[in-house]
Amino acid sequence: MSAMTAARDTRVVLWRELLPTLHEPWGLFFTMIQPVIFLSLFGPLIADVPTVPGEDSVWQWFVPGILVMLVLFSTSMTGFGMLMEMQTGSHERLMVTPMSRSAQIVGRSLSQVAPLFAQAVIIVLVMIPFGFNLYPIGALAGLVLLCLLGVGLGALSFALALVVRGQDWIFWTVQQTVVFPLTVLSGVFLPVEGGPGWMQAAAKVNPVTHIVEAERLLFSGEFGDTAVLIGSLAALGFAALGLWIGTSVIRKAAD
Amino acid sequence: MTPPIIETRGLSRTFKSKAGPVEAVKDLTMEVHEGELVAFLGPNGAGKSTSLRMLTTLLTPTSGEATVAGCDIRRDATGVRQRIGYVGQGNGGGHYHRVRDELVNQGRAYGQDGTLAKQRADALLEVFELTEQAGRNVMTLSGGQKRRMDVALGLMHQPPLLFLDEPSTGLDPQSRANLWEHIQRLRHDTGMTIVLTTHYLEEADSMAERVMVVDHGRLIADGTSEGLKEQLAGDLITITARTAAEAGLAATAGQGITGAHDVTVEGVTVRLRVDRGPVVLPEYLRALDAQGLPAQAAEVRRPTLDDVFLALTGRSLREGAPTAESAESSGPSAPVEVEVA
Repeated sequence: MSAMTAARDTRVVLWRELLPTLHEPWGLFFTMIQPVIFLSLFGPLIADVPTVPGEDSVWQWFVPGILVMLVLFSTSMTGFGMLMEMQTGSHERLMVTPMSRSAQIVGRSLSQVAPLFAQAVIIVLVMIPFGFNLYPIGALAGLVLLCLLGVGLGALSFALALVVRGQDWIFWTVQQTVVFPLTVLSGVFLPVEGGPGWMQAAAKVNPVTHIVEAERLLFSGEFGDTAVLIGSLAALGFAALGLWIGTSVIRKAAD
Repeated sequence: MTPPIIETRGLSRTFKSKAGPVEAVKDLTMEVHEGELVAFLGPNGAGKSTSLRMLTTLLTPTSGEATVAGCDIRRDATGVRQRIGYVGQGNGGGHYHRVRDELVNQGRAYGQDGTLAKQRADALLEVFELTEQAGRNVMTLSGGQKRRMDVALGLMHQPPLLFLDEPSTGLDPQSRANLWEHIQRLRHDTGMTIVLTTHYLEEADSMAERVMVVDHGRLIADGTSEGLKEQLAGDLITITARTAAEAGLAATAGQGITGAHDVTVEGVTVRLRVDRGPVVLPEYLRALDAQGLPAQAAEVRRPTLDDVFLALTGRSLREGAPTAESAESSGPSAPVEVEVA
């Protein structure tokens, strides 16, 4: 398998995945409802919580976390689309084409980037009038990190879909069981510093915590902190590990 | 004879299950030649789909070898995939995708450039009468339209060999006939080799030129539909006598006919199998008249593939027809009836 064919196959899969969204882009708004609800209902509540940092505006602290939550929720569910395709037969059809198996995971995972990027940009723009300060270069770097996390989680979600072999209840059980603790323990809603010791320990080993920290710094225009480096490595790690697991699973999924 | 496009030697597949290993396909050795239209016929779970899934590289064989379109299924799976078309049991089009998009995507997956893929897609939409549905989501198509789209997907790259797994299952009779019309025309125009699986007897009988009967993972018969019927089943002659006693005598007379077998008596009815029913029946009736045992009614029925399956396995292929009697009485074939005064 030459690198060129692999790249070409990846592009074909990526394009196929994007087509339904391109035809009906407003579908993106529906998946944005959840983060927007969290922003509008949670934001005012936590504004006065003493442990929440952010002297001038709570949004500077809260919005980056909510963006990470958006990525966690939407990309971890994306394997369900593949699960449906496994049930209806279109996945099988693609498996009989000469396209490389890895390309089918990489292409699908990369397809997470465009919608995520669009949604994150919209949320950021909407929050500016409410006092969210935009640091363009930092924000851009933050978006890149979000996309890396999305690619990794997407790949893991596809791997999960392949492993559960069409049993959607197992898929949802695993997805919920993994995503909720990851989200809450990353300090997206409330600082984990206010929680008991075990929670703080769990948060420390949760890679998402470090990504959230890096996002908060980046969206405030701060590049210098080592937390940014650690968060970036965590996001890269997610993408690499996810793609590695995803492609190994699909290569073995033939039987 | 044309060169073989499929060759298998001892192809087998065993699945693990809680109850122990299940041999889904046992020792499949066969050849399919270019241009043939072959049907795997057998009940559900006979191993038809497993055989097809191995030949299309979806499943690795436990043992045995196979060459498909010149490529080894183990060593050159990509080569096989490039050269075959496959229409699985499910629907190939993504539910949230548009019909034409999916055809183009399929062409792209086989390495076609955008222009060629679009040309092929439009041509196939036309052939399969789906031009009106081109911009619709696959989800909104009817069952028959989806199935026609599946076949169109399998043909985007103009493969010399097409596999169809249960192509007409779940379709109403009209859609089924319509699908077959398309497949037949396609074959006439391109001369492609077609291998399909079916559990519909009529379909294997009327469409396939060669039938491979499969049961419990084994290939148990292989030949033309007519050949199998002649060799394995024979025509069924049914005679109605005046009384049970006369029926017994008529059966004895029947046993004297050269080649007659499976002679049974049930009340006043005598049944027997012979090789050339239409020729034997008048002779038999004259013999009965001469012995003073005039038949009240007589009938010759050409054998069906179900009779072949019954002769081979002792079971009927028809759903809800586990016994020989009910299988015969529910047969769809047109009997040749002879009224006797």
